[in-house]
Amino acid sequence: MSLPSDAQLWKIFDEVKPDLKPKKVMEEANRCLFCSDAPCVKACPTGIDIPLFIKKITTGNMKGSARVIMEANPMGATCARVCPTEELCEGACVLNDASLPIMIGDLQRHATNWAMKNHSQLFEVSEPNGLKVAIIGGGPAGLSSARELARLGYQVTIYEKNEKAGGLDTYGIVPFRLPQDIALWEVEQVEKLGVTIQTNTEVGKDIPIDAVLNDFDAIVLAVGMANVPPLTVPGEDLDGVYDAIQLIERVKDGHVRDQFIGKNAVVIGAGNTAIDAATCLKRLGASRVQIIYRRTEEEMSAYPFEFSFAKQEGIEFRWLTQPVQMIGDEKNQVAKLECMHMKLGDADASGRCRPIEIENSNFYMNADVVVKAIGQQRYSSFIEAFDLEHEQGVVKIDPETMQTSNPKVFAAGDVIFGNGKGEAMVVAAAEQGKQAAYAIHKHLLSKV
Amino acid sequence: MADLHVDFAGIKSKNPFWLASGPPTNTGYQVQRAFEAGWGGAVWKTLGDPIINVTSRFAGLNYGGQRVAGFNNIELITDRPLEVNLREIRETKRKYPDHVIIASLMVEPQAEKWHEIVKRVEDVGVDGLELNFGCPHGMAERGMGSASGQVPELVEKQTYWAKEAAETQVIVKLTPNITDITATAYAATQGGADAVSMINTINSLMGVDLDTWNTIPNVAGKGTHGGYCGPAVKPIALSMVAECAGQPDMNLPISGIGGIENWRDAAEFMLMGASSVQVCTAAMHHGFRIVEDMIDGLNNYLDEKGLTSAMDLVGQTVSKYMKWGDLDLNHKVVAQINQEHCIHCNKCQIACEDTAHQCIEFFTDTEGQVALKVREEDCVGCNLCSIVCPAEGAITMIEQPTSAPMTWNERQRLLSTFGG
Repeated sequence: MSLPSDAQLWKIFDEVKPDLKPKKVMEEANRCLFCSDAPCVKACPTGIDIPLFIKKITTGNMKGSARVIMEANPMGATCARVCPTEELCEGACVLNDASLPIMIGDLQRHATNWAMKNHSQLFEVSEPNGLKVAIIGGGPAGLSSARELARLGYQVTIYEKNEKAGGLDTYGIVPFRLPQDIALWEVEQVEKLGVTIQTNTEVGKDIPIDAVLNDFDAIVLAVGMANVPPLTVPGEDLDGVYDAIQLIERVKDGHVRDQFIGKNAVVIGAGNTAIDAATCLKRLGASRVQIIYRRTEEEMSAYPFEFSFAKQEGIEFRWLTQPVQMIGDEKNQVAKLECMHMKLGDADASGRCRPIEIENSNFYMNADVVVKAIGQQRYSSFIEAFDLEHEQGVVKIDPETMQTSNPKVFAAGDVIFGNGKGEAMVVAAAEQGKQAAYAIHKHLLSKV
Repeated sequence: MADLHVDFAGIKSKNPFWLASGPPTNTGYQVQRAFEAGWGGAVWKTLGDPIINVTSRFAGLNYGGQRVAGFNNIELITDRPLEVNLREIRETKRKYPDHVIIASLMVEPQAEKWHEIVKRVEDVGVDGLELNFGCPHGMAERGMGSASGQVPELVEKQTYWAKEAAETQVIVKLTPNITDITATAYAATQGGADAVSMINTINSLMGVDLDTWNTIPNVAGKGTHGGYCGPAVKPIALSMVAECAGQPDMNLPISGIGGIENWRDAAEFMLMGASSVQVCTAAMHHGFRIVEDMIDGLNNYLDEKGLTSAMDLVGQTVSKYMKWGDLDLNHKVVAQINQEHCIHCNKCQIACEDTAHQCIEFFTDTEGQVALKVREEDCVGCNLCSIVCPAEGAITMIEQPTSAPMTWNERQRLLSTFGG
């Protein structure tokens, strides 16, 4: 089969949801009641003054509007696209029962689009205060910390192991939901404040941990999470078996073109990443994409809007199905997936029903592509090398001070995200990054 | 079905809805289209010595994303030859004998000029004349329009001259650009007017363009004041109608004009004393077909109220409109928040807290929900909370039992009788 033309690639690189048209923006913005003590603000993890940014849209103060958003949330353009707004701001809108909630995410997207298009410098740095902070990991939490610290006058260095900063925003969210240039614009905003971002630099490998610990006044650990853990079933190393995180990363960097056209794919897991991987494969030309999950729709961690999007895209869901092994052909290429049917037992520690294998229920699914999306591993050994207390790779912090067991080291983002439901949100990481910055400022000021 | 016919100073109209003098009544073609759409009458765009217009001429005031909350213009009277207008009026009246055509007139303040034009327009069969003493722009600089409408003697004199020649009814259209509109209304009465109409447009500058710093509208980068109209002027027009309707010794029929857009507005003007209403901006915004709902809506409203004729509405509210000093000082209402309708936007709370009497407060209800309530002992019943409330039914103003009524004037009389 021939390479898809650029015209065909739109499916994968164009945003699923178009921008609101200017007239719609004004209608929608004018519909906002400008509530006092507004519930949408309380529902936003970063506390964006939503009525205010919307009011500014109605007066044509677009720079002011974008600034209100980005001030509270350094990932405001990303979050406009990826936040589960139904569960946050829009879910809290007082118009939910009276008419329809304000399309806050779309208005936020409009305002941040303006800032991106107009190359607007939204923030200034303070006088340097002579203090240095290292941030390990250039994802949303790290960038957010860096932005706030730079504004407070700190000299900030971000160590990022990838070629580009932005973390999951740059590499982990499918391009039709979040184009890479959005995430990179947010990176650029942080760089413009004088933050040094050392990419392709892995702490503990390219630069010793001790050097970081000794050379800086404080450290923010914001390394996020690692790749998908192994399934520990036979055949995992066959060709055609992918890690969802790595797959999306390669797609987003433009390395994937034609290799999935006409393929029969099975994605294992039913979180948001699984859905991202599945819809991605479909848009890359896979003829059939099935998601298998050992529990049911009830227990899956994907957001309802992600689930309905997947169904619209033609993804098939097979509940109560667990992989047993992957079977390859003579070329060491995966060809079949052996599965078992499951049933639900009592609730386990996570509060969800425990899946139980049904004996002799094995069956085979044809699959020339298998994608593993069963969560993410932790950087446990790295955290141990840092000598920080942790619980199965989740770094322990004092929630008041954001400090780890090493008082010089603060942590934010997925690295402190515990056993909640589904994946941690970008918006939560951004907020934690901010809080870590303020905590450092408070901590270091108290020493002066 | 109620009877929508009105008798306006002896002019019979199939309904109270007339097009006001202006761009919609510029030509026979337009007026005939309007009559087809259902308008009961039309006041033809002002006739006089033809003028030369400028471009552009109009501007709209947008509010909250809505267009044309207000409207202004710097267009003058007709720019077409009088003969052409007269021919079209004759033809239109012949085709639509049951519709009212009023000729709006504006000439220099000289007796012979008024005599001449009155004769010429009556010759083609108009049902009445409307003397345009109102336009604040352009013509006023030539001593006409509001320049003469602001001087009671000139209003009286010109009305008198028109009446000297007129065989049909003479309606005097008043300008709002005056401190007390009853002064010129009286002058029209003195001059022998058969009716008054109000208001003409209000002096205005619509805006300044923040990019070019030109006025809005502008003519080659220069601007001038224009006449303001549209929905935003309705309260001003209504108060002026009320002032005139409430004058005990002035019994002229009133044609209400100013921001009327639908049957509701029309009914309000009629309740306040107008026996016909004139519409311009709304037709310019939406086309002539808006009259369909005006007719239908008024009809249904009259049925609902058990009235058989539109004339039954006229003036019903006049006796309720009075001086502040005659209002009851002891009357008391307080706001009440109806929790089942409240959507918790807190707009009432912040409005009261910042700009009224600090009597709306948060409380935690029995289910642990934060809600709002009015501290009634401190509420002055100002209405602000219910005005800003976006949820229908969430705030009601509740009448409180009070002592016997006492107005300011009564109080002052008592004080002067019995001493302070």
